[in-house]
Amino acid sequence: MPFEDHFLSAVSACSAVKFLDMNIIVCLKPAPDPKRWDSIQLDPITKALQREGIPSVLGPLDKRALEEGLRVREKHGGKVVAIAMAPPWAKDNLVEALAMGADEAYLLSDRAFAGSDTWSTSLVLSKAITKFGVFDLILCGSYSVDGSTGHVGAQLGEFLGIPNVSQVVAVESIVGGMLRSRSIVESGYRVLETPLPCLITVSREINTPRFTSLFGVIEAESKPLAAWAAAELGLSPDAIGFNGSPTQTGDVFLPEMKRKAQMLAGEPEEMVPEIIRKIRQAIG
Amino acid sequence: MNADCLDKNRFREHSYGSPLGGPPHGIHPVISAKICENLRPNLAEWKGIWVFAEQEEGCLSEVSLELLGAAKFLAEKRKAEVGAVLLGNRVRPLADQLLAYGADRVFLADDPLLEKYLTLPYTRVTSDLITRKQPEIFLLPATPIGSDLAPRVAARVNTGLSAHCTNLDINDRGELMQVVPAFGGKVMATILCQKHRPQMATVRPGVFRKGQPQKEKGTVEEIPVEIKPEDLRQKVIEIHREKRPAQSIEEAEAVVAGGAGIGAQEDWNWVEQLARVLHGAVGGTRPPLDEGWITEDQMIGQSGKTIRPKLYIGIGISGVIQHVVGIQDAKVIIAINNDPKAALFQSADLGVVADFRKIVPLLIEELKKRDNPSP
Repeated sequence: MPFEDHFLSAVSACSAVKFLDMNIIVCLKPAPDPKRWDSIQLDPITKALQREGIPSVLGPLDKRALEEGLRVREKHGGKVVAIAMAPPWAKDNLVEALAMGADEAYLLSDRAFAGSDTWSTSLVLSKAITKFGVFDLILCGSYSVDGSTGHVGAQLGEFLGIPNVSQVVAVESIVGGMLRSRSIVESGYRVLETPLPCLITVSREINTPRFTSLFGVIEAESKPLAAWAAAELGLSPDAIGFNGSPTQTGDVFLPEMKRKAQMLAGEPEEMVPEIIRKIRQAIG
Repeated sequence: MNADCLDKNRFREHSYGSPLGGPPHGIHPVISAKICENLRPNLAEWKGIWVFAEQEEGCLSEVSLELLGAAKFLAEKRKAEVGAVLLGNRVRPLADQLLAYGADRVFLADDPLLEKYLTLPYTRVTSDLITRKQPEIFLLPATPIGSDLAPRVAARVNTGLSAHCTNLDINDRGELMQVVPAFGGKVMATILCQKHRPQMATVRPGVFRKGQPQKEKGTVEEIPVEIKPEDLRQKVIEIHREKRPAQSIEEAEAVVAGGAGIGAQEDWNWVEQLARVLHGAVGGTRPPLDEGWITEDQMIGQSGKTIRPKLYIGIGISGVIQHVVGIQDAKVIIAINNDPKAALFQSADLGVVADFRKIVPLLIEELKKRDNPSP
């Protein structure tokens, strides 16, 4: 056998325990850029949100989910697939995911998905994932920046029939088909062992996402990026979008949180008595 | 109701590392039922306002009692019974507390397998109970446990769920109106769940108030605990608790919070000293959390705590909407910032344009004098 083959089989023998060749899926939710939320307007008549001109971005937790998926791939081998259920403009965000290091990306896009709540969204994602076939680990951000319900991770786990761990701050190990994670509990953390395949949602502390390199951007252009519509996922219109969502949105409004502030300015010594008076008014 | 779905084996056999060559056998049974039958329950059969009573290590969390207060309010409007769902091991004594704070009936699932919270056993017991007893409304706390359990249960029983409700009420059609923030609180939406039951919602601690404890006069109903082996493959290895601050920010009558305007660690001391002299608690926004001056449970805002103290003093806080939603129900809001254009002044009762390093020491001195008047 040529030297190279000896070498490679020796290397893979040493890392056989760790080289798991995992199929990793990362679910992303492109959303309007939070830095530009002050520009969001509410049409008082149609109650529709006007968010034109606000670009969509991958939220900080989405990036951390992707980063963790990439780190698991680096450690254990395998493939990272990014998916997002979003309108066509989100294609750029998936290209960004490919540039960060994902191997493939899928955009689940269909007019019929419009108006989906978390139930319907999780259903669509689960159908896409079952279409992929085998998977070992799914990662999501623990909540999105816009809806911020934090529900899709757990609901997706339920539809796929796999265990989920919420608010993970560290993936400690993946050994013997079990994932050891540290996650947030009230006033502390807990360490869990969860059998694969499983789904985890990640919190802010888990990692710092890498920057995309120019090389990554160039490589992204030749990586597979496909768009799937409802028909390709075998979903009927009753089960998705507005019709398929068990929750409905009623009244939408911009809340008033304004108070009439009595403003003080001037020398600190002069302001103190008035402040003390206000404090006394509040707590006696 | 599609009760047969609950009995199907939830886990496909997964041969680790072997190529399965094709899609896994069968899609999830709940998916197929929903798609084929488009199930809608008979709404009239679903009665009762339920609360998930969260407990850890034999202690009921405060938010469970707050939710009972909300449930009582809703139950009066719906002319229904208030139920509390209590899972744990050796937690029977907690049932009495739930009865005292507003539950008409406590559904008690007491079993060693439920001692520590785990998603799958708790989802199994809770979902089975919901399917059997058919409550109209089910409220859970938006805590780490509740936020994990609620979506899983909602998916399993095929119903809608809203998150972090800031208000709950019943409309003219008898439906639960669930007011939730979006876009960091800039937009508020009213969510309805018109055709599915139960109507589920999670609520953050501090949004509702618990009632006065009354003499207990409800019943405790023990429910069978039927956990499947596949629910038990996940294990808790260890739990680390961090030291709780002496007074949590939700309980304090006065809260002093600092923001990005507090430049350095030494300056943060002024925030803490002012809180001390007011016998209050210290809170903050994300920048101090990132610096390590506060812990996660001291962060105030849309992704942190909602507080309603008698007095809130925000120092060096710009007042972005994500923070203001956490303090909008405080009785008195005082903002101290040397930037006259800081947004927090729009939501304050008293705005002080000053360098906090100059004014806070003077306030502390003055307040100390009141506490210890010189002879």
